[in-house]
Amino acid sequence: MKSVMGLVNLQKKDTLIKELTENRPIASIPFAGRYRIIDFALSSMVNSGIGNVGVLLPEKSRSVLDHLRSGKDWDLARHHDGLCYLPPPITDDGTQPGNLKNCYYNLDFINHSTEKYILLANGSVIYNMDFSNVLRFHQNTGADITMVYNVASRDDPGAGVVLETAENGLVTDIALKPAIREDEKVSMCVYLMTRQVFIDLVRDAFEHGGCDFLLDAVMRQTKDYTVYGYAHDGYVARITSTISYYQASMDVLEPEVWEELFLRQASVYTKIKDRAPVQYKETARVTNSLVANGCIVRGEVDHSILFRGVEIEKGVKVKNSIIMQCCVLQQNALAENVICDKNVVITRDKWLKGAPNYPLIVGKNIVI
Amino acid sequence: MKTSCLAMILAGGQGSRLGVLTKKIAKPAVPFGGKYRIIDFPLSNCANSGIHRVGVLTQYRPLELHNYLGNGSAWDLDRKDGGVFILPPYAREKGADWYKGTADAIYQNLNFIEAADPAYVLVLSGDHIYTMDYSWMLDAHKQNKAEATIGVIEVPWTEAPRFGIMNMDTAGRIVDFEEKPKKPKSNFASMGIYVFTTSFLQRYLEADAKNSHSSHDFGKDIIPRMLADQARLFAYSFEGYWKDVGTIESLWQANMDLLQDKPPFEMDGEWRIHSSNLSLPPHYMGPEARVTSSLVNEGSVILGEVENSVIFPGVRIARTARVHNSVVMPFTTIGEGTLVEHAIVAQNCVIAGGAQVIGKPGAVKVVPEGETVAAAANNQQAG
Repeated sequence: MKSVMGLVNLQKKDTLIKELTENRPIASIPFAGRYRIIDFALSSMVNSGIGNVGVLLPEKSRSVLDHLRSGKDWDLARHHDGLCYLPPPITDDGTQPGNLKNCYYNLDFINHSTEKYILLANGSVIYNMDFSNVLRFHQNTGADITMVYNVASRDDPGAGVVLETAENGLVTDIALKPAIREDEKVSMCVYLMTRQVFIDLVRDAFEHGGCDFLLDAVMRQTKDYTVYGYAHDGYVARITSTISYYQASMDVLEPEVWEELFLRQASVYTKIKDRAPVQYKETARVTNSLVANGCIVRGEVDHSILFRGVEIEKGVKVKNSIIMQCCVLQQNALAENVICDKNVVITRDKWLKGAPNYPLIVGKNIVI
Repeated sequence: MKTSCLAMILAGGQGSRLGVLTKKIAKPAVPFGGKYRIIDFPLSNCANSGIHRVGVLTQYRPLELHNYLGNGSAWDLDRKDGGVFILPPYAREKGADWYKGTADAIYQNLNFIEAADPAYVLVLSGDHIYTMDYSWMLDAHKQNKAEATIGVIEVPWTEAPRFGIMNMDTAGRIVDFEEKPKKPKSNFASMGIYVFTTSFLQRYLEADAKNSHSSHDFGKDIIPRMLADQARLFAYSFEGYWKDVGTIESLWQANMDLLQDKPPFEMDGEWRIHSSNLSLPPHYMGPEARVTSSLVNEGSVILGEVENSVIFPGVRIARTARVHNSVVMPFTTIGEGTLVEHAIVAQNCVIAGGAQVIGKPGAVKVVPEGETVAAAANNQQAG
């Protein structure tokens, strides 16, 4: 995979997931107790042998820069290549809004790279895969563009790109749909093509008024380029809304999903934090949960995710919830179907309940 | 730029009293506390104290230790001016020599010390669990205009006969030193932590090397020699948790100490003890997991019962397994219907279905690295 460079796009519409993305892009949302959503695409790239990765930064980029830093934790702090930050254009007059502009203004980076192919990924999709299979497929089919998709295992109320393919994988239709139905072939927002094709697509689309990479560079050019679909059959979660984030988090509590994402493939890398092991005290009762290092647990936790440094005091009950970094749930507090962002404190005896399919979200730093 | 203080960690011992746990690895590489290796403590203490140049003297079975240390980046010690330097014995024109004793090990590396040109040398053993800011001891050394400063800790009088005991005057100057005295004159024990003014140390090491009757040991030879010469030896008194983990029993006990409601030292506070970790996800607790009074690390899958135990990364505990009062080291699997009680199970072991590993107070059961324990043919159900 030395012939492939990577490009991670972090711009994604986040209006359906507002509470968690007020100060961060979707790619920076904490996930599975220890990670950020971008870790999955990035780790898949690194594990597939890609050593030159550009990251197209969104406007809210502080959390991304703070998380990735030099790229060392993903093995991307290298003398040659490695991680390269691609900020959005400084002068933005508001015309042609969308992710295509950022690609266009950073074509210099792509031009100066020497790899034959480029693999584009989105920072808001969760999976763990080996992209070398995609490269082999791309070369065997002689495709101009390969799109990676998976078959939806259930209905998904979030928008997605649905593909229709012929038996040999040739893509016959690409449609942007507001909701996904079970068994539809949904794009994972991973594209593989030669660098030259990418440069041509971006230039052509942007200079002719385009705004969005998929819509303007890919979909409108299908008559000139052959597009093939590569089917990935592992776990995939697209984070487009609060519901899909909550659902994906609950999915990861299923041992088969957890094992497939984290243990069976190459590791998922993330920023190293070096916290102490979890301290379960005498009154702890934890079941069906993921608990990150640095937590101190004296209460009851069921079917939930605790991020690092969370304190669960005596008498606390947590159920079907996601409690992010450094939250404190004081004595006898209760959280059910709740997502707590970082540093939240739920004081003594307070009860918070969301509905099973509509979690209650508590914003960062709030004290209840 | 001249390094002010250079640390030398003596990590060459076998730790023979740790028996099977050190059959394949050196004592400082032995896992501890669900996450650490014993050497993480002196190493992190150095980094946190602002001492960035650290020599680690290895000798016995150093491979795992060398791999673990790498370039010191896990302890924030990979610096432009500084770093972790692994110092095993090496050959010279006149031949090769093993380290004959703690003082000899430092003596053989005087060239390393000279190259760094530090004003002070901090000598540490790699055997103890404690958190300490060495810069305070260094400050005291400078203030006292000492030639050597020895770290001491108060021990119970009944324990004093086990240690090297220091007798000090009111100013803290050491006037006498007794090695394992039957009737100790004080209860301040030497911690095996020394700060030396470099030139002073050099002189004594060179003299000691020429002495064929010497056992080349700091405690037995160098310090008594310095004392006899009426050198300016001062004691620095340390207060806090300090645990020797040189025997199976004490290693087990030190692990258990971490399970108290308030652990004996801050594991996660400002004075972070760093370790080199694998990329593993948070551990998973199954629907019927029952875990109390325990430490559990990343990558583990806990489906059964764990009480009063220390669980390292990557450990799998089956639904009907029971683990009590034990230490389970990385990547060990504990199968269905098993009972592990009062034991230390080393890395990569398999406790097969139905097997029992049962120790008792004073007789911790140890399962060595990589071993599989099968169920006994006529296994009785544990009561």
